[in-house]
Amino acid sequence: MKTKYLLTNVEISGKRSNLLIEDDTIAELGPEVSSQGATELDCTGSVALPGLVDLHTHLREPGKEDAETVLSGSKAGARGGYVALSAMANTSPVADTAGVVEQVFRLGQDAGLVDVFPIGAVTQGIQGEHLAEIGAMADSVARVRIFSDDGNCVADPLVMRRALEYVKKFDGVIAQHAQEPRLTQGSQMNEGFVSSQLGLKGWPAIAEEAIIARDVLLADHVQARLHICHVTTRGGVEIIRWAKSRGINVTAEVTPHHLLLTDDLARTYDPIYKVNPPLRTEGDVMALREALAEGIIDIVATDHAPHAAETKECEWQEAAFGMLGLETSLPIVNMTMVQTGLLNWDQVAQRMSLVPAQIGRYENHGAPLAVGNKAHIVVMNPTQLYRVDRDRLASRSRNTPFHGMEFPGVVQATFFNGRLTYRADQ
Amino acid sequence: MKHLLSIADISKNEALEILNTAEELARASDGPMKKLPTLRGRTIVNLFAEDSTRTRISFEAAAKRLSADVINFSAKGSSLSKGESLKDTAQTLQAMGADAVIIRHGASGAAVRLADNQWMSGSVINAGDGTHEHPSQALLDAFTIRRHLSQGAEDLAGLHVAIVGDILHSRVARSNVLLLTKLGAQVTLVAPPTLLPVGVETWPVTISYDLDSVMETVDAIMMLRIQLERMSEMFFPNAREYSRYFGLNSDRIRKMKPSAIVMHPGPMNRGLEITADSADSARSVIVEQVTNGVSVRMAILYLLLAGYTEGSVSL
Repeated sequence: MKTKYLLTNVEISGKRSNLLIEDDTIAELGPEVSSQGATELDCTGSVALPGLVDLHTHLREPGKEDAETVLSGSKAGARGGYVALSAMANTSPVADTAGVVEQVFRLGQDAGLVDVFPIGAVTQGIQGEHLAEIGAMADSVARVRIFSDDGNCVADPLVMRRALEYVKKFDGVIAQHAQEPRLTQGSQMNEGFVSSQLGLKGWPAIAEEAIIARDVLLADHVQARLHICHVTTRGGVEIIRWAKSRGINVTAEVTPHHLLLTDDLARTYDPIYKVNPPLRTEGDVMALREALAEGIIDIVATDHAPHAAETKECEWQEAAFGMLGLETSLPIVNMTMVQTGLLNWDQVAQRMSLVPAQIGRYENHGAPLAVGNKAHIVVMNPTQLYRVDRDRLASRSRNTPFHGMEFPGVVQATFFNGRLTYRADQ
Repeated sequence: MKHLLSIADISKNEALEILNTAEELARASDGPMKKLPTLRGRTIVNLFAEDSTRTRISFEAAAKRLSADVINFSAKGSSLSKGESLKDTAQTLQAMGADAVIIRHGASGAAVRLADNQWMSGSVINAGDGTHEHPSQALLDAFTIRRHLSQGAEDLAGLHVAIVGDILHSRVARSNVLLLTKLGAQVTLVAPPTLLPVGVETWPVTISYDLDSVMETVDAIMMLRIQLERMSEMFFPNAREYSRYFGLNSDRIRKMKPSAIVMHPGPMNRGLEITADSADSARSVIVEQVTNGVSVRMAILYLLLAGYTEGSVSL
């Protein structure tokens, strides 16, 4: 017998419909669809989107299982509406061999709540000096297509050039963490008015923009695919705009926290707001929103970065960089982009599911909600309020900067391959 | 006032109250009974996670003159140097019943973290946090300037103060900019562009790269210690060039107004930011700053501990 779910009165692309899931497939779609024996979910007031795909997730396994595991991160993903996560390579050991990426991939399959696609390191140990076993990772069971030293920048221009060229062999992409290391030695927060007052070492926007500028030129020269992780500055947006206008094959992501928070929060000296790249100014936040609306920035990626409590309960300069993101991203995008009129839901689906799946070459993801497609679905009520409580997250860590904040948008249900992986009232 | 974390947190009136109280306490200390019984039975911890002899001794002297019990907790050989977290240290001090913690720490914001986190319930006094602030130093500097130059006025209106040197890394400069401008003084920062923070253009000060151009108009000049490791970090080419452009020497002192004073928070690098004859000149109030530091710190402890619980300031 088939497993069947019937979603009733759900808004899809602005139209009210019923949607029938049979096993792992969207079987029927239309205002009159009904089914005997299906589990019915009344979705009145909610929208349905293709299941979300995150291109930037730190799952911490192997190595820091006290902060997150592939399983706990998968649960957090399902709660946030995700059906695919991309596990960053900066684990311990680093994901720079076929063995490690296969292990992470298999842990994802065992957890069974989302597809976990490992990202491979560009260089051995993410040290920026020698290429990692890129080909072996691409050919492994994990079929790695995205390579990144995230956490570190591939700073050496020759190493970056070689990496961009090398991954063309299998249509891969280099996801660059753009941070000029010499300009950011010991940097703690955005360099500007606030850092000058707080006496925290500044992190100039130029340190990000200089690498973006260099790398779009490199990508153009060797005709390779480049993806810019977590863009945070107005200047970075302008360079990417220029690159795209020249036809350079570059894509870019923005995080939910950079769409909302500013460096003013550092005034508390609470390292919950310490993140790499740092929170920038109000002007940058507005530029990022506009760029995401225009498509200059292609996608939203969470940079979900769990950390154990003690790494944040300390002085700012001693604290770890990073904040949680998976369970709050869709409500924040709703608040900053949809309710402001910058995006409609189809455009959100593009930026949080379809395009990320294309960039990662995740073939079984990112299809629109249509009959015959895989039943990867997130259902969200965009008007219901979600009050973030760090003690009630699926993640193993509690380092969310949004604790106590209220956002419009509650994920009601997530379907992964037709299986219900999360439901709000359960 | 429960804590003293940043000059930004106190009003002009609160600042004046500290200075006025310091005047009264200084007068009392000049009398035959140096020690006042005000804080008898109170426990004050000097938590110095960074080496600092003069600030620690100054606070210790201030606390003892108010009859408080003082516990010194310094970095070397303590649990702080063995990787204990600030949180655990704070909870330990809380468990021991500290009424106030005076903290010196290398991390900007360490005092704020200590005060904000409910790790402990006592008062927190920032005795210098990283490159952020050093409020008690600014208060003693304002006290010293007022004694010499205010001609009976309560605040510093109309006075021109230059702060010279490594503004970027200076907690003394940050606290002084906030306090001196709050008290009505006009402040000019003099430094090479490399040693001024990005964003300084939004501060309520004038910026100058030319020390000679300010010498004739200043009422007080405050020389900051320059650390030699800044040279290897390429903030300036070498010590000789720094001294030539930004060091105080007798030629520059000669251009000053007759009433103008020379200040330095210490410790000095004689021969680098200030020549020996400048430091020892008749205009120098550097030793007096140290004396005034004890009175100002007595006032801070008095107002936070005695004043806070009793709600009054009378002696």
